[in-house]
Amino acid sequence: MTTTASARKGRFGWHMNAVGIIGAAIILFWMVVAIAAPWISPYPVGQIVDFDYYGPMSAQFWLGTDYLGRDMLSRVLMGARYTVGISLAAVAIACFVGVTLGMIAAVVGGWFDAILSRFLDALNSLPSLMFGLVVVAAVGSSMTVLVLTIAVLYAPGSYRFARALAVNVNAMDFVTVARARGEGTIYTIREEIFPNIIGPVLADFGLRFVFIVLLLSGLSFLGLGVQPPNADWGALVRENIGGLSFGAPAVIMPSIAIASLTISVNMLIDNLPRRIRDRSE
Amino acid sequence: MNALIARLVAKRLGIMLISLLVVAFAVFFATELLPGDVAQILLGQAATPEAVAGLRKSMHLDQPAFLRFLYWLGGLLTGDLGRSYANNREVADLIAGRLANSLELAFVTTLFSVPIALTLGITAAMFRGSTYDRLVLVFTVSVISIPEFMVATLAVMIFAVYLKWLPALSVASDVEGLGELLRIYAMPVITLSFVVSAQMIRMTRAAVIDTLDTAYVEMALLKGASRRRIVLRHALPNALGPIVNAMALSLSYLLGGVIIVETIFNYPGVAKLMVDAVSTRDLPLIQSCAMIFCVSYLLLILIADLVAIMANPRLRNQ
Repeated sequence: MTTTASARKGRFGWHMNAVGIIGAAIILFWMVVAIAAPWISPYPVGQIVDFDYYGPMSAQFWLGTDYLGRDMLSRVLMGARYTVGISLAAVAIACFVGVTLGMIAAVVGGWFDAILSRFLDALNSLPSLMFGLVVVAAVGSSMTVLVLTIAVLYAPGSYRFARALAVNVNAMDFVTVARARGEGTIYTIREEIFPNIIGPVLADFGLRFVFIVLLLSGLSFLGLGVQPPNADWGALVRENIGGLSFGAPAVIMPSIAIASLTISVNMLIDNLPRRIRDRSE
Repeated sequence: MNALIARLVAKRLGIMLISLLVVAFAVFFATELLPGDVAQILLGQAATPEAVAGLRKSMHLDQPAFLRFLYWLGGLLTGDLGRSYANNREVADLIAGRLANSLELAFVTTLFSVPIALTLGITAAMFRGSTYDRLVLVFTVSVISIPEFMVATLAVMIFAVYLKWLPALSVASDVEGLGELLRIYAMPVITLSFVVSAQMIRMTRAAVIDTLDTAYVEMALLKGASRRRIVLRHALPNALGPIVNAMALSLSYLLGGVIIVETIFNYPGVAKLMVDAVSTRDLPLIQSCAMIFCVSYLLLILIADLVAIMANPRLRNQ
């Protein structure tokens, strides 16, 4: 296993095709925007800069203005913060919890595995948008609630995925050898299982990120996600939905921002470097 | 029907019941454990402590949460869904009409999207690797990775704003004649069909390709059968199980889509009712709507599982 992996590394390395690179570049772009938004927005986010509402695209306001006459470009740039930030936090928690539990379940096995799998399968059968609605109705919406709710909704899927992979690796000879050497559970998980499932887990991380971005946007679009005066991309569409009937750029631009992010993640995952992809087959 | 199938089906049913219980538990406790006294909220600021205590007693609020969960579950099973906090009407009455509307929408969408998705999925698998296949793939990946409300807004942009064929909002209050009905349903149905069929095409294509990769299809190819014959006579009958399975699974995407679509088009269905209930924090209504969604979701998944079991010929004659 290790020898074939290193031999392949020499031949294929990290080479990625053009589609994958474009995807990666767009993702990187939004990450930078999310961090640097306050410094690169041309106007303050909340300031009304134009008396004309739903203004068209112009040299002064690149993406037009929204329903109050605020600069749309600044709002989309700031929105990246919430969309990317919340989604990234949620997916990180979901995957960390899911993958850790999945590996433990695969290695420990027995009743621990059986009970955990049953419970998480049941949790997995909750329609996510619907359950998000219920939680927000009960405890109200805040960043923490959003991140935790979404993480809880997506951890079971990640668990199932990681467990299935880890069960296969767990049956391999080098794990048996490690056990025979007398290595403990934690060592086996950290040194033997995890390095061998990291590729597919990363791809799964990306896909889950896409689902979470869509769920968060959906919640915000329904007015239950990020609350005013802050606005992520979904909330921006909601705010400006009144401009839909005359095709204002304020409605379309945030949608395009979401689509650009999610489609590039898909592009990147489908064209991951050989070295990662081979492990996920 | 032999013993093995019966056992598998029974196991599936058992799993569904357990899931349903966990779901009910999650829905109840997510909504019940919120701060604030419901009785106090219902009676308002001016209520006397005695009145509040009386209402608490009649609503079982003075009892432990787990007992209340059992009361609530019992109510659900006997069809007593409780009363709405917002207007004190029976939740069952509020939901009844709305449910019919939502089911209608789902039915029409299914009727539309299944044939289209099947054709596209199967043909894409037939001509795997061709430009046609690539186009279908690009289409499905893009629809899957954009939010439902974007599909809806784009549909409005194209059909209502630029082409001016259809009204942007549908209000199903006074419908006269078939033409009117079509115009009202068109927008929501188009949007939902896009969302659902993208999933369906992808899964159908994968199912057909799976069967095309088997030894007997290779055999058919070697003996010189045409591509048409290979797909329609050899692969498709064997792929039927997985395809139906895939369809039931993709129909469960209707649920997420329906929430967005009913809101954006102002369609009077259960999802709209639930979103409205969320904004007024009308808990009995939210709980009931949530349970309706979970049950239909679990039912679709159950059907998918059962079809997969039934369609496996290895289980049929043992």
